[in-house]
Amino acid sequence: MTTLAFGQKQKTWFDEAFVLLRRELMDTLRDWRIIVPIASLTLFFPFLMNLTAGLASEWVTKYGGAPIIGERIIPFLLMVVGFFPLSFSLVIALEVFVGEKERKSLEPLLASPLSDSQLYFGKALASMIPPLVASYLGIAVYLVGLKIFRGWQPAPELFVLVILLTTAKAVVMVSGAVVISSQTTSVRAANLLASFIIIPMALLMQGESLIMFWANYPVLWWILAALIVVNILLVRMGLHLFDREELLGREIDELNPRVVWLKFKGFWQSVEPGGPVERFTLRRVYTRDLPSILRRTGLATLTVVLALVAAMVGGWLYARSFPLPQRFWSPQALTMETLHSAPAVGFLPAFTAEAVLSNNIRSLLLGGLLAVFSFGALAVVLLMAPMGIIGFFMFQVAHWGMSPWLFFATFVMPHGLFELPAAVLATAAALRLGAAVLARSASPRLTVGEGWLAALADFVKVFVFATLPLLLIAAIVEVNLTLRVVLWAYGLH
Amino acid sequence: MIEAENLTKKFDDFVAVDSLSLSVPAGQVLALLGPNGAGKTTTVRMLSAILAPTTGRAIVAGFDVRQSPGEVRRRVGMLTEMPGLYLRMQAVEYLDFFGQLYGLGASQRQARAAALLSRFGMADAVDKRLSDYSKGMRQKLALIRSMLHDPPVLLLDEPTSAMDPQSARLVRDAIAALRGERHAIILCTHNLFEAEELADNIAIIRRGRIVEQGTMASLKSRLLGPPLMEVRLNAPLDGLLPDFFQRVQVVEQGDVWLRYQTEDPAVENPRLLRWLADRGAGVVTLSEVARSLEDVYLRVVAE
Repeated sequence: MTTLAFGQKQKTWFDEAFVLLRRELMDTLRDWRIIVPIASLTLFFPFLMNLTAGLASEWVTKYGGAPIIGERIIPFLLMVVGFFPLSFSLVIALEVFVGEKERKSLEPLLASPLSDSQLYFGKALASMIPPLVASYLGIAVYLVGLKIFRGWQPAPELFVLVILLTTAKAVVMVSGAVVISSQTTSVRAANLLASFIIIPMALLMQGESLIMFWANYPVLWWILAALIVVNILLVRMGLHLFDREELLGREIDELNPRVVWLKFKGFWQSVEPGGPVERFTLRRVYTRDLPSILRRTGLATLTVVLALVAAMVGGWLYARSFPLPQRFWSPQALTMETLHSAPAVGFLPAFTAEAVLSNNIRSLLLGGLLAVFSFGALAVVLLMAPMGIIGFFMFQVAHWGMSPWLFFATFVMPHGLFELPAAVLATAAALRLGAAVLARSASPRLTVGEGWLAALADFVKVFVFATLPLLLIAAIVEVNLTLRVVLWAYGLH
Repeated sequence: MIEAENLTKKFDDFVAVDSLSLSVPAGQVLALLGPNGAGKTTTVRMLSAILAPTTGRAIVAGFDVRQSPGEVRRRVGMLTEMPGLYLRMQAVEYLDFFGQLYGLGASQRQARAAALLSRFGMADAVDKRLSDYSKGMRQKLALIRSMLHDPPVLLLDEPTSAMDPQSARLVRDAIAALRGERHAIILCTHNLFEAEELADNIAIIRRGRIVEQGTMASLKSRLLGPPLMEVRLNAPLDGLLPDFFQRVQVVEQGDVWLRYQTEDPAVENPRLLRWLADRGAGVVTLSEVARSLEDVYLRVVAE
């Protein structure tokens, strides 16, 4: 017996990870199912987009539109050209992580001297490099085409933004795929869970397209910053999950609705996630469950409150830039009839307690649903919108020489005393639900999936036992009291 | 070379391995036997530092699996239950990749791979893609992978499964040779013939616990009783039978044969033969009845 390996010169951390990276890259490049579509998207799609950009521009000009409308499509298509090859990073990552687990070729790797982090980075980089290279190439082909045929070139800021956003999205998709892979043992199950990555990415693309159309590039920098934060969280989570113990110690073979339901039921029936199942009573919910959930959602609640304050300040600042003339509104014009007829504007609900209640429930449930597919962010954004409007009107009122605090106290506070806590609680629970796929669950014994189900049970408990009763009271107060307070405060009838 | 003491592994509330202790010195083979789900794979995963023990301690090739998992993995060759090959690669590429992971230099990788491929009769198939390999060839290549860095400790899970008899013989010879080269080997197998042929010690594991452990002879003696002898005669003993029953412990009998157990065959058998000859009984044969590891295993597992 000899000791072949032990006398060797020690390689660096990266040298060892690079061995794995190179093998994974070689494997991907040999898979025609991946290479052919990537090559097509890289070489042909940019030409198609060049053609589209040209046609769109001509069409707008032909029908008398401002040429800027056509021009604004070009940067958006630049982003699309970069994104399409990038979508393969998700496919490759699922194949490289969970595919290897499914083919049982992961264990020999786990038995090798490579550390968990070397395995993680070797595989993650291998999933990212081919689609990113294809993406950059696609962008280059598109830009060269634009330069030659239309004489257009992007502003340096736009170019840097698109490259950075594209790279950040690749990291999100790959690091998200690792989190998903660690929860499944088959590519099929992983593909089902991949909607948790694809849907937020699609929503983000739609948001970015609007921003690009308005050429509001500073917002894109904020989006980039948010993506970097998400990346840090996902990579941290991935590093935690991609360890030998988690990969081999916990094996969830399939998505079994019955098991999922039983787990949810268990969390519903226990006070603490993973704690003992106890008799479910209303008394227990209000004395133990809700206080316990409030403790768990403390950070999320603080985040929501800060976001709402920021939205109000933002609304105020926006109004300061675009103040409305006073003829738009006069308190003297307020009567019970005008307030009751406000819903005729179109987007406001009928002014009955039932309609107000159902509108508020729908909005907050929609927030919960969007939270699931946006790591919680869209639930907060949805609630920030009305707070931004309140901030906007508070400034307007101040601008017209009236007290913004009186406005807030009369128009918002009577029912807001109940509605705002209800909305904050539900949104904080929704934020936690969305973020549960990013963060280690409260109990180290729970998997990511179990942590998510525990957060869902918390959301439902908060919604049913705290938000709904508060919204009901708020709706009754809003319809029966708020208007009277407004009229009384402004000395009207 | 492998020392495990009260090794326990829990997955949540499920105890996969429970207070397992074993020892395998250099140059010995331990066969780890047990039904599916008994805890063999989890034991091997702990000894190869893939899983950390919940409690207990294991020293493999001089390193603690919990404190120095990287050093342990560097010194262990592991053959997993499934070959787990990369099917788009060729054998040479595949072995080169694993050689690099284990820190072998380029010339060492080439030399070791060539020698092992030749030893297992696979030198002609090195240019084929692994997807074109038969099950047996894949298993042999996985075994070569585990031996590539010449580790002092080998943990082999079903090394001859899916192999034709000729290849299985080749692998068994290789394991015997490795034992001769002072490697410590743990062999997980359902092939009891293979275990009996190769193992110096046998450990039978059930529901995460080692229920029997020892050499083949000691296990047989402990579980199946003293050696079983069979005497065949040219005619029935008839009137001599009562006396015969008094001399030895007869366990089975036919017209012209008897089986008896004796603690000391070297003393008892010549004495019995003399007694039969003195009384004119014609002895055709006197031999020990072979009792296999299967008898031992089934006895333990049935309990």
